[in-house]
Amino acid sequence: MSWAGKILRVNLTTGTVKSEPLNMDWAQAYLGSRGLGTKYLVEEVDATVDPLSADNKIIWATGPLTGTMASTGGRYTVITKGPLTGAIACSNSGGYWGAEFKMAGWDMVIFEGKSAKPVYLYVNDDLAELRDASHLWGKSVWETEEIIKKGLQDPLTRVSSIGKAGENGVLFAAVVNDLHRAAGRSGVGAVMGSKNLKAIAVRGTKGVGNLRDPKAFMAAVKAGKKVLAENGVTGTGLPAMGTQVLMSVINEVGGLPTRNHRDNQFEGAKDIGAEAMATPRKTDGKKQLVTNQACFGCTIACGRISKMDENHFTIENKPQYRGASGGLEYEAAWALGAANGVNDLEALQYVNMLCNEEGIDPITFGTTIGAVMELYAMGILTKEQLGTEATFGSARALAFLAEETVNGRGFGKEIGQGSKRLTAKYGHPELSMSSKGQEFPAYDGRAIQGIGLAYATSNRGGCHLRGYTIASEVLGIPVKTDPLESQGKPELVKAFQDATAAFDSSGLCIFTTFAWGLQDLSPQMQGACGEQYTVEELAKIGERIWNMEREFNNRAGFTSKDDSLPARLTSVEDACKTGPAKGKFNELATMLPLYYEARGWDSEGRPTAATKERLGL
Amino acid sequence: MQKVLHINADKCTGCMQCEMACSFENYGTYATAKSRIKVFEFHHTGKKVPYTCTQCDEAWCLHACPVEAITVDKATGAKVVNETTCVGCKVCTIACPFGTINYVQETGKVQKCDLCGGEPACAEACPTGAITFIDANWTGLGKMAQWADKLGNQPTAV
Repeated sequence: MSWAGKILRVNLTTGTVKSEPLNMDWAQAYLGSRGLGTKYLVEEVDATVDPLSADNKIIWATGPLTGTMASTGGRYTVITKGPLTGAIACSNSGGYWGAEFKMAGWDMVIFEGKSAKPVYLYVNDDLAELRDASHLWGKSVWETEEIIKKGLQDPLTRVSSIGKAGENGVLFAAVVNDLHRAAGRSGVGAVMGSKNLKAIAVRGTKGVGNLRDPKAFMAAVKAGKKVLAENGVTGTGLPAMGTQVLMSVINEVGGLPTRNHRDNQFEGAKDIGAEAMATPRKTDGKKQLVTNQACFGCTIACGRISKMDENHFTIENKPQYRGASGGLEYEAAWALGAANGVNDLEALQYVNMLCNEEGIDPITFGTTIGAVMELYAMGILTKEQLGTEATFGSARALAFLAEETVNGRGFGKEIGQGSKRLTAKYGHPELSMSSKGQEFPAYDGRAIQGIGLAYATSNRGGCHLRGYTIASEVLGIPVKTDPLESQGKPELVKAFQDATAAFDSSGLCIFTTFAWGLQDLSPQMQGACGEQYTVEELAKIGERIWNMEREFNNRAGFTSKDDSLPARLTSVEDACKTGPAKGKFNELATMLPLYYEARGWDSEGRPTAATKERLGL
Repeated sequence: MQKVLHINADKCTGCMQCEMACSFENYGTYATAKSRIKVFEFHHTGKKVPYTCTQCDEAWCLHACPVEAITVDKATGAKVVNETTCVGCKVCTIACPFGTINYVQETGKVQKCDLCGGEPACAEACPTGAITFIDANWTGLGKMAQWADKLGNQPTAV
């Protein structure tokens, strides 16, 4: 067991909140969180629905291990049809909200319809009701959390909410909880805003119990924690340096996309990575990094808490940014920095805080700015249009355009549509560094072959978290493969994608997989949920989830043509210019058919009848 | 040798393993709301601080209890609430200067840290050594060692 066994169904149109039993057959087959939430979505929502219409639904789902002592067991996923891509969107977050919700006695909450006026959902154990949120509309994530806690006179309440960006329909708006943990990608916050749903405030005191075998579970948890503690990445690297440890590593392999992928190495990488965060500033003698921070249940603690230079130009007369706050993770530092050629660490932290404060995805935002700067360099966008000069490397332009975007002002409204729509509008769709409409993160698909294939085939569009082959291709986990070599990558990508789907759906964090494989997840799932969760069964469940997501996308109108990369990544003319990958471009055309074959799909990328039968779909 | 819970807040990451371990030990469920040790986050400074009963020698709670429901566990030195005797009057919660004994609505009794009978689950679960269970007479030993090390590493005066 260890599922709560109950879900909430909220109809925002009628204002009703109902409890219903969890479909246990689905829970057994799709675990929870990403897998189970997606199962509910694909069963209940027409794949062709307009993502921002009342007919779309949005689900917050925990996993069976969420709220348990399993290390990193604090996660939840927001699942919906995504407005940025039109594909399945599921975005995972840590912090404390997920565990609190599970401890209130619920596995997930499904929102349907659209509220006529702003509301928030309040959950306190069995009590669940919609409350007026007109006093919260127009407020930031940070203000919303504070106002709700004060209003309830309960500092222990946890809040998952949107800021102004979600309200304003920014297509990459995030859902943010606990001030700076985000379900960041694919615009799940825009769907929340489209339904006039501002927040979910939760207090859970019941706890998570009913483990199948508590003794076996606790033994497995202890063994798992030991593996994490003794691993170089999860035990030492991530707690000390955070994901930012990657900046110099990825730059050295020539895989750090720079200035909208015009370059593949960034001369300013050393100014924006982990070492820079931990070095005293010349201006005030203080380090930007204050400390590390764990999410609920996490024994890795990769999160960063940072503090800016109070005299930096971006926060003059803005005291709200002077305190400690969520710090730069690798993806954000890359997207706000290298992707635009900006090497001002303080400016990156300022924009990072804006992303948390008003709820936007820093990856898509930063990458879109990269495209804007390229259009500016080409003379297609002008200073008059943008309200600023926007040369590559300009920290002032980055900060200004971030403010415009989160507040829905001026050219910020166009940036809020993402790079695909923006570059198409100005006649240069080839400048959008995206797949299925979602922008790539911090690894160059030319220099690292497998990740390029993972981007092209990711069910939620360009993304590193659906199949993090960087682990193998760069870090050598679990085995080292050559990043420049495309051979063997289709199978590698598939294996990563399937295992990731299983981890995501258990309620644990994918970062455990730097040290754990399914053989470490299995005993924890067996102790908590059921003996059937062997390594083989978990891999099969992961594959089942992947195919379910794929079929939803196929029904939504995606075809094999959408399993693509921009020409800049696949053409010899745009091959890597420098470093160990010089001359390399992504060999997607070679890899994709082999990937389909490995997946048991036909040449159009559709799961065959035999594959579906094998997976119980 | 008597041992005490010793807290080094600088090492706390805010993971809540201690709170889950405490509630699991006492209620068989992971419920941070029922934990007798609480982690406080001060987000403007980034500080996380675990806090629980220090087992005062002259325990205010014990002296204030009108029905003598709080007694000393002689083996561990813990001040322990006897639930069958406790009448839920909450006088102890007023008497305790530190707020570490609290009323529980569901049981109608108060609860506080009892050191788990000598093997505190929170210290066992803490992944960073922010919570340790050490010799009551030598809680300063770690800090002394740090300073001694610094002294030992001083460059020799010429």
